[in-house]
Amino acid sequence: MGLALMAVIWVITLASTYFFVAKTWWLPAGAAEAAHFIDGQFALTFVLMGIVFLAAQLSLGYIVWRYQQKPSSPPVLYSHGNTKLEIIWTVLTTILFIGLNLMGGPVWASQRWDPAGAGAVQVEVTGMQFAWYFRYPGPDGKYGATSPKLMDPSAGGEAAVGLNTSDPASKDDVVTGTMYLPVDREVDISLRAVDVIHSFFVPSLRFKQDAVPGLNIHMHFKPTAIGEYEIACAELCGLGHYKMHGMVHVVSQEDFDKWLAAREAEKQ
Amino acid sequence: MATPVAIHAHAAPQGFIRKYIFSLDHKVIGIQYFFLALTAVWVGMFLSLLMRLHLVWPNAALPLVGEIKPETYLSLLTMHGTIMVFFVLTTAPQGGFGNYFLPIQIGAPDMAFPVLNMLSFWTTFVAFVTIIAAFFVTGGAPLHGWTGYAPLSALPSAGPGEQLGADLWITSIAIFCVASLMGALNFITTTLDLRAKGMTLMRMPLTVWSWFITAILGLLAFGVLLSAGILLLMDRNLGTSFYVPLVVVNGQIMGHKGGSPLLWQHLFWFFGHPEVYIAILPGMGVASQILSTFSRKPIFGYKAMVYAMLAIGFFGFMVWGHHMFMSGMSPYSAFAFSILTMCIGVPSAIKTFNWLGTMWKGHIRFQTPMLYAIGFVSLFVSGGLSGPFLAQPVLDIQLHDTYFVVGHFHLIMGVAAIFGMFAATYYWFPKMFGRMMNETWGRVHFFITLAGTYAIFMPMHYLGIAGGTRRYSQYTEVAYLQKLMPIHQFMTYAAIITMAAQFIFVINLFWSMFKGPKASDNPWEATTLEWTTTTPPPHDNFGGRTPVVNHGPYEYGVPGAPRDYVMQTDPATTPAH
Repeated sequence: MGLALMAVIWVITLASTYFFVAKTWWLPAGAAEAAHFIDGQFALTFVLMGIVFLAAQLSLGYIVWRYQQKPSSPPVLYSHGNTKLEIIWTVLTTILFIGLNLMGGPVWASQRWDPAGAGAVQVEVTGMQFAWYFRYPGPDGKYGATSPKLMDPSAGGEAAVGLNTSDPASKDDVVTGTMYLPVDREVDISLRAVDVIHSFFVPSLRFKQDAVPGLNIHMHFKPTAIGEYEIACAELCGLGHYKMHGMVHVVSQEDFDKWLAAREAEKQ
Repeated sequence: MATPVAIHAHAAPQGFIRKYIFSLDHKVIGIQYFFLALTAVWVGMFLSLLMRLHLVWPNAALPLVGEIKPETYLSLLTMHGTIMVFFVLTTAPQGGFGNYFLPIQIGAPDMAFPVLNMLSFWTTFVAFVTIIAAFFVTGGAPLHGWTGYAPLSALPSAGPGEQLGADLWITSIAIFCVASLMGALNFITTTLDLRAKGMTLMRMPLTVWSWFITAILGLLAFGVLLSAGILLLMDRNLGTSFYVPLVVVNGQIMGHKGGSPLLWQHLFWFFGHPEVYIAILPGMGVASQILSTFSRKPIFGYKAMVYAMLAIGFFGFMVWGHHMFMSGMSPYSAFAFSILTMCIGVPSAIKTFNWLGTMWKGHIRFQTPMLYAIGFVSLFVSGGLSGPFLAQPVLDIQLHDTYFVVGHFHLIMGVAAIFGMFAATYYWFPKMFGRMMNETWGRVHFFITLAGTYAIFMPMHYLGIAGGTRRYSQYTEVAYLQKLMPIHQFMTYAAIITMAAQFIFVINLFWSMFKGPKASDNPWEATTLEWTTTTPPPHDNFGGRTPVVNHGPYEYGVPGAPRDYVMQTDPATTPAH
């Protein structure tokens, strides 16, 4: 029985580890500035926890096989523990866990404590059951006023976010259902939700933030690779949660300018 | 302590109803809780089977429910989570085994407040009936998930199931909170006041410590959830705005303003995180008890184990914010919550080391309870080690609300806790029902369940790393999610096999209850007080005797002792610690 149990625990452990090491399913290729650090911290945590996982499971398997009761077993070690050992592993675990944690601090702080730099692209992201809308303030750099009274999701676009077209600042606002961003420029997004909580998750950009009714949450990130990236809603928001999907197109600055100008032209 | 015995003793009841239905006997109440949880776990498991089938075959018509619509899927996951967390993970380990064995293990004739005990069971029962009723009302069960985030949970127009179904859901939880508060008071008072002579705190079995600490957590946590639930009911029905700001649902302005959706999350997780420990602490206690007994060795580091559980209970109230890194909560507080979360990993690691140390150089006997205790340790390690990923806010950016989290909490608070319950069932069944369970089928059940649960929940981590979002009723709308379908298929097959194996357990349970070989008073050669009394124990637990405790709880392999174990009530002259 001891041997069988050891075999099962070892096989489960090694099989589980295989898929992590082989990276059969893994983080999508990172396309934002933070990806480099986040992926590095993930890999480091993964290696350290992997070592602990293997050590604990393999020794568990070994111990149950090695110390199975047999007629020939020597008397058990009558011991109530060992204070020195307890102190050693407490201190080691504390250093490991707290140390890992402190390492991640700076990136979190730079992303979430500091505001976006000057010259960042402004985009307002609005979540509602079950769509994302993106608003660009236009040449004046100012978002026009919106009003809950004007919101009409069935009409889509400007009407869905309740844009007040009598506000002069709204004249050049562009509202779209697909997000366009210039590559290698910081993006300052402000996240809003009109009905329930949604979460703006772009796995390739290593970005996630809940959009909460009543809050306007400012976040910033910098896409670093041209491409199309999927947005998936990551907070249960109702029956259409699974299809609250969107796209981010990261394009060159030139293409972005052209795209925005075309949208402005359409509006006039 | 003769006085409390005299006060709390009550005559053995006559008649079926007072004996088995409205019983004051903590043993009967424990068994009632056990069967309630057993019923609930089958309901919860059936719901998860439907979910797994739907994920892989989204258009198939399923037995009993037909084709599953997106909102039905969300109702299934809401009810699965709620039923499992409240009516299984909270009910069986504490209400079931705690009720039955806490008084006996400390040498008491019953709980401190037998009537309150009966009341807390029947209140729990009402809560269970209430939540099941949510399936059958117009609109069906709610779809807001077991976490019930507002405003989704606060607005009847936010989706199907958010009308009467959601009210029943909240009401059920509120009733459950009341029941748990009554239970917690009883457990705490009993442990503090009714210990037999010589049963000092540091001679209490680790199971008693775990139930005691769990009760303290319950007392502090359930009150908060109860209040939160009442406020939510008021938002829904009385037009208040605790959790709802001005929102527009489908073009309609709702009549709320100024509320904070984050307030619900803070209150919910202030309960919700300690709840994780409410589910797992009794499993830790049982694993400790069984590992020591079946290794024929004292527990390694008894005091460290007690302090570790106290530390887990203490820190358990300071880490709720780690569920909210992505919520819009102040990013400064994330740092504090993250550090505190890492701190709670330390006592958990100490416990694991000590479990391995307990088996080291022991005489391991592989009866079914021991297999499950070993499985518990393995799952606790596997589920625990994904914690330090999620505790780091920068990694949580990628992993939050993905299947990585689902895999993490299922392994540690779901399956590890369930393994604790299986271990407890196989271990205490002889004392509770007077007969032994079948050993061969117990082992078969163990190996399939161990391999099966790993096959279901380990792949969830791969899914989550790849960005696999949770609570999606279909993976057809997002291209990168479609590529992950093979993992889902594998998990569904593993789930079907693992669930089928649970029939082995139930058949073994009921068959053994009537046909199993008669159990002796102490079949496992264990040391704690429940093994000093008859099998099953008499109405007052010790047949008029008051046990006197002379030894610590885990005296195995004592050099110079006549047997390889010294029971807690053995004469003080027997050599032992």
